Amino acid sequence: MLTTQQEKLMGELKAIVEKHGTDRSALIPILQDVQKCYHTISDFAMQVIADMLGIHPVEVNSVVTFYAFLNEKYHGKFVIRLCRTISCEMAGKAAVARQLENDLGIKFGETTDDGRFTLEWANCIGMCDQGPAMLVNDQVFTRVTPEKVHDILQMCEQSFGPHTLQKAEEHVL
Amino acid sequence: MSTMNDTMLATIEADAGLKAALQQSRIDVIGIIRDSGMKGRGGAGFPTGVKWNLAAGVHSDKKYVVCNADEGEPGTFKDRVIMSDWPDLVFEGMTIAAYAIGADEGIVYLRGEYTYLVKQLEECLQKRRDNGLLGHSIQGKEGFNFDIHIHMGSGAYVCGEETALIESLEGQRGEPRNRPPFPVNTGFKGRPTIVNNVETFAWASAILSKGADWFKSFGTDKSTGLKLFSVSGDVARPGVYEFPMGITISELLNQVGGEGAKAVQIGGASGHCVPASQFGRTIAYEDIATGGSIIVFGPERDMLDVVENFLEFFQDESCGQCTPCRIGNTKLLDGVRMLKRGECSMKYLRELVKLGQTMQIAAKCGLGQSSPNAFLSIVENFQNEIMGRIPASA
Ligand SMILES: Cc1cc2nc3c(=O)[nH]c(=O)nc-3n(C[C@H](O)[C@H](O)[C@H](O)COP(=O)(O)O)c2cc1C
Ligand code: SF4
Repeated sequence: MLTTQQEKLMGELKAIVEKHGTDRSALIPILQDVQKCYHTISDFAMQVIADMLGIHPVEVNSVVTFYAFLNEKYHGKFVIRLCRTISCEMAGKAAVARQLENDLGIKFGETTDDGRFTLEWANCIGMCDQGPAMLVNDQVFTRVTPEKVHDILQMCEQSFGPHTLQKAEEHVL
Repeated sequence: MSTMNDTMLATIEADAGLKAALQQSRIDVIGIIRDSGMKGRGGAGFPTGVKWNLAAGVHSDKKYVVCNADEGEPGTFKDRVIMSDWPDLVFEGMTIAAYAIGADEGIVYLRGEYTYLVKQLEECLQKRRDNGLLGHSIQGKEGFNFDIHIHMGSGAYVCGEETALIESLEGQRGEPRNRPPFPVNTGFKGRPTIVNNVETFAWASAILSKGADWFKSFGTDKSTGLKLFSVSGDVARPGVYEFPMGITISELLNQVGGEGAKAVQIGGASGHCVPASQFGRTIAYEDIATGGSIIVFGPERDMLDVVENFLEFFQDESCGQCTPCRIGNTKLLDGVRMLKRGECSMKYLRELVKLGQTMQIAAKCGLGQSSPNAFLSIVENFQNEIMGRIPASA
């Protein structure tokens, strides 16, 4: 990373920490914001946050690795999480999973080369009466069928305008 | 019935319970909750009045009221519906609890999967502040100050366990603590804290509004009141239902269009799998307790697929802190896969049963203690179906 880039990032990270404060109980809200903005929590970010909270970076790392929604590995701008728990399984999640893999050209746990999509499994997302269900970032889709997968992905693609990144940060799809 | 408008909960007048509470002493408010006999609606079934009384009795400069909105148990979604349809009732219940125990700060621990609810919940909180239902001297009650904020979870089922939830609030990994000490004494930041389920707070508002006797007029002696159930699986009308405690499984199945089921999973992945021969049993603390998850399996379902799915869930969600749970769930899952391939001897199956029973005793928290339940009940009730399989490919 260029020094100027690093300085810019440092400034942004500091602003996030300052928003939440430096109490230990602010750590997870801070990490959630970093994840939302950068789609990953880098070593550098962990170091900056640790320094500001006065804890060891390994402490930050141990928290990041514990939670499914905090990630060291880069995640796409659209994270698709298909529910794999029993009611969605009985409602036909396997066919939806297959079609997601086909249409995105990746397997579960992978991110597309263009950095747009990450495909993951989720445990029960509380839509058991309307399965198969999945989350795309924070938005929930229910009664998904293999045919609908294409429409949902296209909707994501279309929102890739100049404002997409900003939109993703605001947690609107 | 799955339209929530037909429920009793929908008829509760907004903030009547809070207004009634503020006209009484703290002790009397706790007394009413205790008289109602309500047990926690999150699954563990601890009497709510007793919990509040314990926290009220501790002297401290700071106490917390925490609403457990982590709703991660497979098959459970009634808390989502309560928060979408009646958020006021939940915040009202938290405010009543705060008054009763002497707390000035409330936290809703909302699962990350429900981020789409935040905007609506924040708006509701703001409206309550504007209307003097949160903030300083609530409803003109001098010295009663209380506010609520929302804290997001980050995708970990175990954080629904109350001590793991507190660890998570404190910025740590969500690893359950040893109990005692209990949160009512040593909770968030070491202060007395009550953790209650979303539905528990909603019913607390209803009880203060309508009285303990009204609540007790539903249910059984040991399991009073009404309860919300999340119904999914092989039924004609899945959704959220309100039933009195003590309903039999067959009555429930009739209401939701699940007649002809082969088995019902009560209490989610950590609950029990009840075969059709036992559908006369009741859903109550004295028989089969539950946080409200009902998953129905039709005649064609393979019970090994079901238990494999549950054990994959537990293997994934175990915090890994203690051996019986970390290793035990993996062993049970391997065993189920052996059964599916038709490669498991009776001797090994009996060892797996012993392992499951050991986990029930030796695991540190409720996750590991209950994760073998489904496996054990399926081995007990469906032995004919699971032994001597010929694999599909053979
Ligand atoms: C692994 C595990 C997960 C749990 N998840 C939840 C949950 O999502 N929501 C909940 O209210 N209680 C959950 N509980 C129960 C809580 O520990 C606690 O008993 C409950 O929040 C108390 O509230 P109540 O008395 O109002 O039911 C869970 C327990 C365990 C062991
Ligand atoms: S039983 Fe499982 S989830 Fe609970 S503390 Fe032990 S390893 Fe963690």
